[in-house]
Amino acid sequence: MSAPSLTPEIVLHTSPHLHSARSVGVIMRNVVYAMLPICLYGVYNFGISVVALLVVSTLSCVLTEHMFCRAAGRPSSIKDSSVIITGILLGLTLPPGFPLWMAAVGGFVAVGLGKMLFGGLGFNVFNPALVGRAFLQAAFPTAITTYTPALANGRFAEFIPTTLTFPFAQPPVITEWIARVRIDAFSGATPLTALKFDKIGTGLTPLFWGNVAGSAGETSVILILLGGLYLVARNFMDWRITAAMLLSAFVLSGVFHLSNPAAYPHPLFMLFSGGLMLGAVFMATDMVGSPVTPLGVWIYGGVMGALTILIRLLGGLPEGVMYAILIGNAVSPMIDNLTQPRVYGTQRKTGARA
Amino acid sequence: MGLLSIFGGGKRLHRGVHVPEFKEQTSQLPIRRMPFPPSMIIPLSQHAGAPAVSIVREGQEVVRGEPIAKANGFVSVPMHAPATGRIERIALAPSARGELSPAIYLKPWPSASQEILYGAPQDIEHMTPEEIVKAVQETGVVGLGGAAFPTHVKMKVPEGKKIEVVMVNGCECEPYLTTDHRVMVEQPDEVLHGARIAMKAVGAQRIVIGVEDNKPDAIENLRKAAVPYPYISVEPVPAQYPQGAEKMLIHVLLGREVPSGGLPSDVGVSVFNVATLAQIGDLLPRHQGLIERVVTFAGPALKKPGNYMAALGTPLRFALEQAGCTEEAAGVILGGPMMGPAISSLDVPLTKGVTGVLVLTQKELASRNGDILPCIRCGACVDVCPLHLNPSRMGMLARKERYEEMETDFHLMDCFECGCCSYVCPSHIPLVQHFRVAKQMNRERKARERAKSNA
Repeated sequence: MSAPSLTPEIVLHTSPHLHSARSVGVIMRNVVYAMLPICLYGVYNFGISVVALLVVSTLSCVLTEHMFCRAAGRPSSIKDSSVIITGILLGLTLPPGFPLWMAAVGGFVAVGLGKMLFGGLGFNVFNPALVGRAFLQAAFPTAITTYTPALANGRFAEFIPTTLTFPFAQPPVITEWIARVRIDAFSGATPLTALKFDKIGTGLTPLFWGNVAGSAGETSVILILLGGLYLVARNFMDWRITAAMLLSAFVLSGVFHLSNPAAYPHPLFMLFSGGLMLGAVFMATDMVGSPVTPLGVWIYGGVMGALTILIRLLGGLPEGVMYAILIGNAVSPMIDNLTQPRVYGTQRKTGARA
Repeated sequence: MGLLSIFGGGKRLHRGVHVPEFKEQTSQLPIRRMPFPPSMIIPLSQHAGAPAVSIVREGQEVVRGEPIAKANGFVSVPMHAPATGRIERIALAPSARGELSPAIYLKPWPSASQEILYGAPQDIEHMTPEEIVKAVQETGVVGLGGAAFPTHVKMKVPEGKKIEVVMVNGCECEPYLTTDHRVMVEQPDEVLHGARIAMKAVGAQRIVIGVEDNKPDAIENLRKAAVPYPYISVEPVPAQYPQGAEKMLIHVLLGREVPSGGLPSDVGVSVFNVATLAQIGDLLPRHQGLIERVVTFAGPALKKPGNYMAALGTPLRFALEQAGCTEEAAGVILGGPMMGPAISSLDVPLTKGVTGVLVLTQKELASRNGDILPCIRCGACVDVCPLHLNPSRMGMLARKERYEEMETDFHLMDCFECGCCSYVCPSHIPLVQHFRVAKQMNRERKARERAKSNA
């Protein structure tokens, strides 16, 4: 046996010589997998309009990122899959019958303004999907609050009339269409709107399973939690942020409820309704916008949960998750700076002058 | 951070990473002897501290175990002839770090026996601590866990310090390596003997042996051997990298933190590796020198992996032939895959600090070749850093070459380069590699400043 011929193929490399298989692409793709059941349920709940909505929002985001990379003269970054998450998340937070052209604009703003102008993945301050949604909420206040009933008749045969609105045209009024397709007294109002403006409560059971009116993918608590559990089990998600956000929302709304049960709903209703679950599991945990310190993530989650409840109960809007997370993103670097860990063997923290 | 970690109690390393162990390839293979190579290279600097000074001349005949180089000062150790034979020359030889360094070339007699005849019994029971330190220096033993720091220096308690505990490090947390494992399984009495000698030298009251729980046979054998000694305890700890770093193990087993820039003696502890103690327990009573050690040869590119008792000075080319190296070899690493250096020449010899030789194929090495993406601020590096540093922030500073700030504000010099941050980074950012560069740049900058102020 001769000495091994170790000449051309040897690559010198400094340690460590092994690397964990958990790469950015793997994490991002698994987040997409975790959202697929939620997408499917959205389609089941609201029909083919949701298919079109998710496809358009995702394609718009992916194309925007690709074009921005081309324009900047660097390789396209779409293969890290993070932009697919943005596209799906944006679609899931929109009303099922949201006009497709508006969704496309939302995708362009989400990725263009929310991500690429900052420098792309890792450099954005805010969650891109929420930047897109915030833009849509400001630009199209009526369309983004026009909800349609769940489980409507014929939802797999026809689009919701607003879906196919001609680009740059106003969507049609659909009060009559809702009256025609609804299966019971569903008005199309979301549980939070019904509570805030009409003082009508919704039972916890339908909220948990998700067969209520709402945004395309925000309604099913169980599927969102299962998706989150999958990601946590595979170590692709920081469960501490979700836990802190839900806990603080629960505690704060519990305090409100105990102080005046007639005026303020049960804390479980607050957890299960609106976009809180989707936001806490899939948006607040977006790594780019969250702190990296162990204490920081708890504070970050806590701040967002509390803000959500404050906006919902004391603010003028029925829903507060979006702004809560955007504000959380904004203060995240500050939380990071304030919560640097104490270094082993010292009494000092990193970032502090010697 | 996993969900389960909040339920974790007991003594364990909470930070760090759990790297796949790959130890099953060699952990059950008994230690075998490796034949002498046709020519040996004994570098005069195989340890931390001043290089040894040759006391032989070219052409001189030496006996296995005979001193061939003497210590140059206190922080230095002598060298002994690994085989009976003739000194060919004293010249430069390649070293693992790449540069050439002075070495003694020895040609063993073709029929030289591995039996050690050199040496004489000495009474270690009645030695004073000072005599033990001197006798240990004469054995030439250095830290065999990889650091190669002269052991007798660690046994000399600094002025004003008091040592209570001798901590024996049997963690062996690096993947692939099983040399400490086999030493504990096969030589538990030598390990304990060495530990008792160390305890006497430093004046400690008790001995704590930390062994990772993936080595149940080692724990069992050590416990059996420790029955007569009530002051020795064997503590299993859940396997986690880098638990074998002494600062980590002291925190896990004793709950004490070694101050930044300090030594274990600052918290009343002396730490020794199990293989080091086994050698002392074996060599000291016979007044012999360190001329061989157990080295793990592992990795998928070897047909005969195992733990070999190899003569120091055996060139890697010969050793790899013995271990059945195949053409698939794509990288040769001295030590473990997390901290060991990759070597560029097979003419490098086995030295006192070499725990293992890994021969990996493209398949294993491919995992580190991912595209480098921007930091996505996932915080994985912050969660795993055993020293609670902020690798994420330091990596961003390194990219902007703000090396000075890394040291003054982010404790760069505390980093002991375990590599956990680079291992977990999903963006494949070479964090620890950045930190090594930063440390070197800071050292050079300081040297320049010193030179300027002296001029």
